[in-house]
Amino acid sequence: MKNRVLMQGNEAVVEGAIKAGMRFFAGYPITPSTEIAEQSAVRLPQVGGHFIQMEDEIGSMAAVIGASAVGTKSMTATSGPGFSLKQENIGYACMTEIPVVIVDVQRSGPSTGLPTSPSQSDVMQARWGTHGDHSIIAISPSSVSECYNLIIRAFNLAEKYRTPVIFLMDEIVGHLREGIEFDDEAEVEIIERKMKQRPDTLHLPYHVCEGDDVPRFHLTGYDIRYNITGLAHGPDGFPTNNNEVAGQLVTRLMKKIENNIDDIVEVEEKFCDDAETVIVCYGGTKRSVMSAVEELRAKGKKVGYFRPITIWPFPEKQLSALPKSVKNIIVAEHNYGQILLEVERVIKDRKIGFVGKVDGTVITPSEIVKAVEEVK
Amino acid sequence: MSKMEIRLAGSGGQGVILATIILAEAAIIAGKNTAQSQSYGPEARGGMCKAEVIISDEQIGFTKVTKPTFLLALTQASLDKYAVNVDDCIVMADSSLDIPASLKAKKIYALPILETARTEVGKAFTANIVAVAAINAALGLVSLDDLEKAVFRHIPKGTEEINRKALYAGERLAKTI
Repeated sequence: MKNRVLMQGNEAVVEGAIKAGMRFFAGYPITPSTEIAEQSAVRLPQVGGHFIQMEDEIGSMAAVIGASAVGTKSMTATSGPGFSLKQENIGYACMTEIPVVIVDVQRSGPSTGLPTSPSQSDVMQARWGTHGDHSIIAISPSSVSECYNLIIRAFNLAEKYRTPVIFLMDEIVGHLREGIEFDDEAEVEIIERKMKQRPDTLHLPYHVCEGDDVPRFHLTGYDIRYNITGLAHGPDGFPTNNNEVAGQLVTRLMKKIENNIDDIVEVEEKFCDDAETVIVCYGGTKRSVMSAVEELRAKGKKVGYFRPITIWPFPEKQLSALPKSVKNIIVAEHNYGQILLEVERVIKDRKIGFVGKVDGTVITPSEIVKAVEEVK
Repeated sequence: MSKMEIRLAGSGGQGVILATIILAEAAIIAGKNTAQSQSYGPEARGGMCKAEVIISDEQIGFTKVTKPTFLLALTQASLDKYAVNVDDCIVMADSSLDIPASLKAKKIYALPILETARTEVGKAFTANIVAVAAINAALGLVSLDDLEKAVFRHIPKGTEEINRKALYAGERLAKTI
């Protein structure tokens, strides 16, 4: 049965996460993400799951890693300053390859910044917030429906590639209420992590089977004793100073994402086929761009938009493939120019403009229209 | 109905956010598209609060109100701040407010929303529900039936009667305009 309801973006994240199999949430409330913790506290007990409000963000991140290690799909949610606190343990999850989903409903910073205002200034923190070479996946929704659908995808990718996945939201979408349609009969793909089958590898938590990109999982703390560490480790999970083993490990951590870009990266393109100007945007900014593009098209302007749905890894292949008609690219984002750096890295032969905001207000469609009309 | 861009402004604690959520809910029940959002400061109560709802038959891109077609102000500060460049906008203000003689708007309604909630309904906290009914009637958004369904989805159990009373009081207020 189809059912259309009014829902907030933050609430839709929780519903989607539960659909994906989330049964544990640990967090520390922070605006503008708080409704995710509140709704998890209400909903998880109803489906046999658990919610814990931890002492802080560091503890929350540790708790979700622990819960996932024993086989429970887990999520935490936060905003800028809390996301900073989670970074050390996000690195631990990268290194130990424990699937977790971290929601960051961004606010402006630095530090505690503007708690209740929109921002997209954690784009680079999502990529490089934790130290060391590592790969990461980040996904950014633009509507309440996408909060639901894409958080399911975030869990699926976390399980498939045994990696933390950042669900990079903004206040525009997190606090937005709009209609969302649920269809009981729609089939939803839910991916579970691959479990070890071969008895001879059960005690080798980081042994990778031929043809696999990641080690298969054996639940922690049940029968076989094995070691998990943030130190460089070989197949047996124990720390090592062996340079060859350490080099192979970090290389594999990078390659498991790099080699599967086509499976991981999603973009949305509209009106790009004949466009002279393309606006690059993501998350809540897409809503401003969408209205601006409609207005400009009505005036006969050849303009379209390109939206990375997957922010990290950055969709460089898709961006490079924009048609030759595109002479100008304008990046629109609620920060001082973060995805702009990526666009400048990828695009060398076209003019690149920028519409950014760091004052806590939303980029309006008219500001984008103006930027497009000013292109020489 | 084309696109309605509705802005409600007041003081934190007056329930203007909830009022826009109820209008959005009513729009969904009536099969329309809607986008509801709000902006507020870090204070729990007392700060200026602005909440918005867009109701449209078309798909909604930009989710914030840029040029309101309707403005409700429940405090003097919010009227003074938001009742600017409202030539094409219907302005509804609580009748206790000082509406500047120079204010130019498409229409100006001064309604005793706060007073009605306090005396006729008997609970000051129902002012947002009185307002919701008055706005709905003034703009002809949805049926009173759909509006009541929407209200009942967002109020604590056991408060149905007082809220129904507030709804009818608001509907009556709108008839005076």
